[in-house]
Amino acid sequence: MKRHLISAADLSRGDALLILDTAEELASLADRPIKKLPTLRGRTVVNLFFEDSTRTRISFEAAAKRLSADVINFSAKGSSVAKGESLKDTALTLEAMGADAVVIRHSASGAAHRLAGWVRGSVVNAGDGTHEHPTQALLDAFTIRRKLRAASGRGAGLDGIRVTIVGDVLHSRVARSNVLLLSTLGAEVTLAAPPTLLPLAVDTWPCAVSYGLDTELPKSDVVMMLRVQQERMTDAYFPSVREYSRRYGLDAARMARLPDHAIVLHPGPMNRGVEIAAEVADSARSMIVEQVANGVTTRMAVLYLLLGGTEFPEVAS
Amino acid sequence: MGATGYPVAGRDGLAVLDAEEIRRALTRIAHEILERTHGGDEVVLLGIPTRGVPLAHRLAARIGEFEGLEVPCGSLDVTMHRDDLRLRPARALGRTDLPPSGVDGKTVVLVDDVLYSGRTVRAALDALTDLGRPRAVQLAVLVDRGHRELPIRADYVGKNLPTSQREVVHVLLAEVDAQDAVMIGDEGRPS
Repeated sequence: MKRHLISAADLSRGDALLILDTAEELASLADRPIKKLPTLRGRTVVNLFFEDSTRTRISFEAAAKRLSADVINFSAKGSSVAKGESLKDTALTLEAMGADAVVIRHSASGAAHRLAGWVRGSVVNAGDGTHEHPTQALLDAFTIRRKLRAASGRGAGLDGIRVTIVGDVLHSRVARSNVLLLSTLGAEVTLAAPPTLLPLAVDTWPCAVSYGLDTELPKSDVVMMLRVQQERMTDAYFPSVREYSRRYGLDAARMARLPDHAIVLHPGPMNRGVEIAAEVADSARSMIVEQVANGVTTRMAVLYLLLGGTEFPEVAS
Repeated sequence: MGATGYPVAGRDGLAVLDAEEIRRALTRIAHEILERTHGGDEVVLLGIPTRGVPLAHRLAARIGEFEGLEVPCGSLDVTMHRDDLRLRPARALGRTDLPPSGVDGKTVVLVDDVLYSGRTVRAALDALTDLGRPRAVQLAVLVDRGHRELPIRADYVGKNLPTSQREVVHVLLAEVDAQDAVMIGDEGRPS
């Protein structure tokens, strides 16, 4: 594994499987009386969040604490300093505090990459603008493997699993990371979205593209609904929320057309009634609660593999 | 660590125990465990991955044969508790699998292939503390090669093997390596 986790493209199939297998072993920790391991004792993990987030920050915090690392939460919301400058200044402050890992969320794409050039510790991208969110992709892959490949166990990829990612791909860092990671793991990914919500260079991505959702449903093992990111929308991408919901929202009628074993994922937070109907979100197919629990486990695996070994792990054994 | 790249008897070193001798050593250890624990009541066998796990299962099968007693058997991964984690890149984890009866109030027998510095066993004792409170903890090893770096000793030993620190001891088990043998070679300190 590389020293930083900036993009899902940084992960080879072997790296990704090592993370999933490690997470699989760490998952049993949740059932034990003492949910803590001494592995990262004396290491410092800084959560550097320039953007709103509850679940990701809490998830990283819980993961680091379960590995006995010291956690410093740095919430830079509302800072009016120019982005590049403030990020560098912050990086120097962290450097002085001796952070072994920095978990960064930033509204600017590429912020994690820039930060990696300024600090000595490992940088974990927890979402940069509309670019990437690799740990979300890892937890999604982990959730899919646990549910659909439970029998294969360790070392199994997602070969042949058909994943349909639906909705606001344009603004979604989750979609980009998932396309990269899931295809690395052998899954067949299809994006289903209106043309206005697909990025320009989507034809270079390792996935298929469809403008309609209904044709994809019967052949999907996994449906991943994306949140409509109204806070990032500066333009009219669809005529009305109601029309979007009717064409691309997952409701009970659409869910009924999925194969029996198919599961529904959503990275959260959900807009109930927009991209996902309440009866779908609360159904047995919905993995949304599992995704949150798996998030802690997967992030523990990432932190352990980045920080658990020698100071600068160049290769994983 | 898989079978690939693992030594072959005759080519990479001297075989000090063959399959038959390993079988006899395990039979004796199984009897000793029954003796020392007054019939194996409330005993839990926990193997340390990789090769401690098949050894624990073999001991459990032996005890089953002798006494018709089903001894709970599991595995205990110690990676996250090791004291040498920072000396090497982060390594893959082994499996921790406790029998449903748990370890509280039981006599836990830790099972490993080779006892050397004692650091693995120290890590195992820490790992065990987080899982529950056994009534007692004992240690069974197939080979004790000496050179302890911590005040730890085994309760059951298959074979005491005097070695120099430059030598390497490999335990090969059919479940992992397709054959049973204990080999000693000259390759510098094993990692």
